[in-house]
Amino acid sequence: MAVSKQELAPPRGETGLLGWMRKNLFSTWYSGLLTLLSLGVLYLFLRSAITWAVRTARWGVVTENLRLFMIGSYPPGQSWRPAACVLIVSCLLGLSWAIWGRAMRIFALGLGGMLGLLALFRFAMPTRLWLLANPVAVGVGYGLGLLLRRWRRAGMVALLAWLLGFGVTWVLLQGFRKAVGLPYVSMESSWGGLLLTFVLSIVGIILSFPIGVLLALGRRSDLPAVRFSSIFFIEVVRGVPLVTILFMANIMLPLFLPEQIRIERVVRAMVGMLLFSAAYTAENVRAGLQSIPEGQIEAAKAVGLKGSLITSLIVLPQALRLVIPANVGQFISLFKDTSLVAIIGLLDLLNIGRSVLSQPEFMGLQREVFAFVALIYGIFSYAMSYGSYRLEKALGLGER
Amino acid sequence: MRRSIPFWRDVRVLRVFSQILFVAIVALLAGFLYANLSQAMAKRGLTSGFGFLQLEAGFEIGETPIPYAPGDTYGRAYLVGVLNTLKVSLIGIVLATVVGLVAGVGRLSSNWLIRQITSAYIEVIRNTPLLVQLFFWYSAVIYQFPAIKSSIRLPGGIFLSKRGVALPWLRPTGTFRFWLLFLFGGIAAAIVLWVWRRRYQERSGKPGYAGFMSLGAVLVPSLAGWFLVGQRPLRPDVPEIQGFRFIGGTYMTPEYAALLIGLVVYTAAFIAEVVRGGIISVRKGQIEAGRSLGLTEMQSLRLIVFPQALRIIVPPLTSQYLNLAKNSSLAIAVGFPDLFNVSKTILNQTGRPVPVVILMMASYLTMSLLTSLLMNIYNRRIRFLET
Repeated sequence: MAVSKQELAPPRGETGLLGWMRKNLFSTWYSGLLTLLSLGVLYLFLRSAITWAVRTARWGVVTENLRLFMIGSYPPGQSWRPAACVLIVSCLLGLSWAIWGRAMRIFALGLGGMLGLLALFRFAMPTRLWLLANPVAVGVGYGLGLLLRRWRRAGMVALLAWLLGFGVTWVLLQGFRKAVGLPYVSMESSWGGLLLTFVLSIVGIILSFPIGVLLALGRRSDLPAVRFSSIFFIEVVRGVPLVTILFMANIMLPLFLPEQIRIERVVRAMVGMLLFSAAYTAENVRAGLQSIPEGQIEAAKAVGLKGSLITSLIVLPQALRLVIPANVGQFISLFKDTSLVAIIGLLDLLNIGRSVLSQPEFMGLQREVFAFVALIYGIFSYAMSYGSYRLEKALGLGER
Repeated sequence: MRRSIPFWRDVRVLRVFSQILFVAIVALLAGFLYANLSQAMAKRGLTSGFGFLQLEAGFEIGETPIPYAPGDTYGRAYLVGVLNTLKVSLIGIVLATVVGLVAGVGRLSSNWLIRQITSAYIEVIRNTPLLVQLFFWYSAVIYQFPAIKSSIRLPGGIFLSKRGVALPWLRPTGTFRFWLLFLFGGIAAAIVLWVWRRRYQERSGKPGYAGFMSLGAVLVPSLAGWFLVGQRPLRPDVPEIQGFRFIGGTYMTPEYAALLIGLVVYTAAFIAEVVRGGIISVRKGQIEAGRSLGLTEMQSLRLIVFPQALRIIVPPLTSQYLNLAKNSSLAIAVGFPDLFNVSKTILNQTGRPVPVVILMMASYLTMSLLTSLLMNIYNRRIRFLET
C-alpha cells in the first residue's frame, strides 16, 4: 500500500479544546455525569465562598490586628528587631543559594519573592520598604556567596554563617537584661503570634535532630541495654498524643527539676515539642541508617576502622543525606503541630486569633479569623513541601 | 606466640562495661528526677497512689455513653472519657477510610475535573493544622447554624442546627433478637460455604462462585427471617423537632459532630495519599498483562491491582489510624469530654498530677499498641508468601 506523502490532518474532535474535553471530561457516560455533577457543586460552593470573601466578610479584624498576628505583644517600638531577623534569614538564604546550589534556590526565591510581592499591598511606608528590602537582601547574600564560592571551604562558611545567624537573631529578639541599647523582651510574656510559632518549630527541629540521631543509633546498637532504652523512649513517645506530652511537660517538668530552677512556660513547651520531635526524627534517621548497604560497613572493618569511626565517617554522612527530605517533612508537621501549644495557653498564631475573637468588637468573626490563620499556616507549609519536593529532585534522591 | 588481649581492649569486657555504665547513668538521672519529684510533691502536699479513683467525682460530663452522674466515682468518670475516645476514634476510622478511599481513587481518576477537585481538597487539608480546622468546624460552621426551631433540613430527614445534628436511625423493635438469630445463622453458613467453595476452586481450577454463594447464604435467611418474625425487627426512626430538642432518630452534639467531621476530613486527606501511593505502586505492565489475559477492567482492578496495592497500603494506613486516635485528644478544643479532657478535669479537681498523667499515658499507649498489634497480624496475613 502506498503511503501518501501528504500527512492527513487529525480527525476532528480528537484534538484541540473539544478533543481534550471529550478525552478528559466526558470519556464515558458516568464520567460525563460526574463532571456535570461536580461542576454544579463547585459552582454553588465557589459562588457562596467568593460572595462571602468579597462582600460579607469583615476583614477589618485581620488588618487591624495584623501586628498581633505576626509578633504578638512584642513592644511596638521594638518591632524593627523581628523585622531585622527576617532580613538576616533572607540574606542567609541568598548566600546558601550561591554556595549550596540549586537545592536552596527555591527557598531563597520563595521567601524573597513572597515578601516582595506583599509590598504591592497598601501597607504603611516603612513596612513596604522593609518588604522590598527582603528580595534585595536575598540578592546581596547571593552576591556574597558568589564571591565566596571559589573558596574551598565555602560550604563550611555557609554553615557557620547560619549558626552565627541563629545566635544573632536570638540575641536581637531577646535583648540584654542589663546592657543598654537593646531592651530585654521576655520570651515568656511578649513573644507571640507567628514569631512564637516559628521560634517553637525551629528550636524544636534543630535541637531534636542530634537527640534523634543518637536515639536512632541507640536503637541499632548491639548493646541490649542501650537498644531497649532507645526503643522504650521512641515507642512511648510515638504512642501517645502530642497534647499529653505538652501537658505533661507543662505540669510535671517543674516538679522534676530542683526547686531553684524555674523554667518558663515557653521553655516547657519547647521541651515537650523537642522530645516529641526527637522520637519521630529517630525513626526517620533509622530508615536512612538501614538503607546503607552492609557491604560498606564490612569494607570499613576490613580497612581497619573502629566502630565509632565507621559510624561517623561511613554510615552517618550517607544516611543523613538520605533523610533530609523526610526531615523537611517532619519540620512541616512540627510547624503545624506547634498550634497545639494553644491548648496549654501560649499565645501562638492560633491562640492570638482566639484572643482577638474574645474582644467585644470582634465577636462572631470566627470565620474571618480562622480562615486567615489557616491561610498563613497553609502558605508556609505548602511552600515548604513544594521546596522539599524540589530539594529531593536537586539532591537526586530516589533516582539511584 | 600468643599474646592475650589486655582486658581494657577486650570487646566482651568492653560491652558489659559500657552497658553497666549506661544503665548507671540512666539510673542516676532517674533517681535525681525522682528525688526532686518526691520532694516537690511533699512540699506541695500532693499525694500519689490511685486511691482517688474511688472518690466522688462531683462534676458533670456533657456526653456519656454509659450512665454517669456527678455522684459517681472518678474511676467511672475516667471510663466515660475512655469510651468517648473509643467511640469517636472507631467511627472516625471507618468514615475516614471510606472518604479517603474515594478521594484517593478520585485523585487518579481519568476525569480531569475530579482529579483537580480531589487534589485541591487534599492539599488544603494537609497543609493546615488540625487544631485550626477543628476550631473552624466548631465555631465557624456548626456554631453558625440556625437555632433549633429553624434548623436546616436536608433531604432524608437530616437536621442541622446550632444545638447539634440529628440523623435518621434504625430502631430495633421487640422481634429484633429473633431476627438476629437468622442473621448470625446466615453469616455462619456463609463462612462455611466460603471456605468450602474456595478450596474447591483451588483444587479443581473450576470457578467456585464463593462470593456469590456466601452472599446468598447471608441474604436469604436474613430476608426470610425479616418476614417470618412477624413484626418488622427494625423500624426507621426519623428525627423531629419538639420544643427545643430533637425527638427520635440519632443525635450528635455540636462538640461531637465538630470533632468527628474534623477528624474524618483531616485523616481522609492523608489516607487518600496512602491509597494513591499504593495504587500507583502496582506496575502498569501487570494491569496490561491482566487485560491481555482477558480480564475486564473491574476484574483486573479487583484481582491484580487491589491485592498488591493493599500490601503497600496497610502499614501507612495503620499509622493514619493511630494518628486519628491520638488526634482525638484535640477534643478539648471543642469541649468534647474525651479521655484527655476528662483527665484534665480530674487532675484539676484532685491535684494529683502523677497518677493522672500515668493513667492517661498508659491508656493511650495501650490503645496504640493494640491497634498496631492487630494491624501487624493483618499485615502478616496479606504479605507476599514467597519472601
